[in-house]
Amino acid sequence: MYGNDFAAPEDGPGGGLLGEVEAAEAALREAAARARRGGPAPDEDLDGYFTDVIDADQKIEPRDWMPEAYRKTLIRQIAQHAHSEIIGMQPEGNWISRAPSLKRKAILLAKVQDEAGHGLYLYAAAETLGVSRDELVQLLLDGRQKYSSIFNYPTLTWADVGAIGWLVDGAAIVNQVPLCRCSYGPYARAMIRVCKEESFHQRQGYEILHTLAHGTPAQKAMAQDAVDRWWYPSLAMFGPPDGDSTHSAQSMAWKIKRFSNDDLRQRFVDMCVGQAEVLGLALPDPELRWNDERQAYDYTQPDYDELMRVIKGDGPCNRERMAHRRRAHAEGAWVREAAAAYAAKQKNKEKVAA
Amino acid sequence: MSERSERTDQLSAKDPSPLWEVFVRARRGLSHTHVGSLHAPDAELALRNARDLYTRRQEGVSIWVVPASAITASSPDEKDAFFDPAADKVYRHPTFYEVPDGVAHL
Repeated sequence: MYGNDFAAPEDGPGGGLLGEVEAAEAALREAAARARRGGPAPDEDLDGYFTDVIDADQKIEPRDWMPEAYRKTLIRQIAQHAHSEIIGMQPEGNWISRAPSLKRKAILLAKVQDEAGHGLYLYAAAETLGVSRDELVQLLLDGRQKYSSIFNYPTLTWADVGAIGWLVDGAAIVNQVPLCRCSYGPYARAMIRVCKEESFHQRQGYEILHTLAHGTPAQKAMAQDAVDRWWYPSLAMFGPPDGDSTHSAQSMAWKIKRFSNDDLRQRFVDMCVGQAEVLGLALPDPELRWNDERQAYDYTQPDYDELMRVIKGDGPCNRERMAHRRRAHAEGAWVREAAAAYAAKQKNKEKVAA
Repeated sequence: MSERSERTDQLSAKDPSPLWEVFVRARRGLSHTHVGSLHAPDAELALRNARDLYTRRQEGVSIWVVPASAITASSPDEKDAFFDPAADKVYRHPTFYEVPDGVAHL
């Protein structure tokens, strides 16, 4: 969230994705202003009240009654979103010590710090649904909850850091901007914070690629290679096609999701074409062309069999990512215990002094 | 990021790293606003983490951290009885009072 002392982003309300985030934030305040007074009447059925709140585009809050399936779906979605932010620090963290200049290194550090923060905002939002963060982390470590498939791809060159910023964070924003209007209040509010920071990530990635694409032929080739490798995995981030998406219909009815996987994927493609032209880089899809009838680009679908393999744990880096996360957790155990012991000791001292 | 459900309150009591609610004052003269929550073993670490997490972009000049277990929230079930302004106490609003014509600065 930008502080009150901070200048508004230059393309403020109405302009681009950041404008949509601003609009979602305004809608949040409006929804609160016209909120129906009071909870359900004593004789009113809770299910009806819940449906009313959703239909009126108002927010469900932590202590409101909600169907158990709504709670479960949200816990799953928000937790997996949080896990993605945490695991997502690894592919980029891979290049921190090798960033080509001090400026790029400082930016990358700030970005990875943001990802950690996004993970924490999201875990906190999930916790309002009655689970603890420790439980969720354990589910991730046990392999019982997933994280975004995209982070199972390796970062082979410096240009990959640019491609991740532009394409991966770009896809994340297209996916997350509608979540700013999600029916569950804490999730919507977390997404508003996340999207504002995510825009910084997308733009810095784009700048890296732009610099490389206008540098030496070797740099340009490196940028093109990164885009070639990240394009389809980024398209796959939107999930399976609408026909195969198991949770979609219910999530849309509950206004957790506002657009289908395929709609968002199309929006992302349409957005990227012009951006790639400015970069002077090609998107690796020979079938990509403007369809005048649909007023949208036709494009080749990503390989969904590959997506399923990666989600099931068989991508290029799945084992490495999880091993790293488990090792950090296990090897950090004594530090967590020391912190808890120190906190307990301080508390005792205070009690004695009082 | 928001008020806890009761189920979390119970869980956090057993949690080795308790939950803290974070309030940030954006500028001198404004009030502290709830910005979110985080886990930390003690108040000092909660404060440092809140600084790193919630004030990276000039969001504030002052932070409060409060153990989530120290907060008691009203229940949505009693919202009506709890918050409805008493309709028979309209005299609490300045608009209740008639100002004679011609009175300025009142």
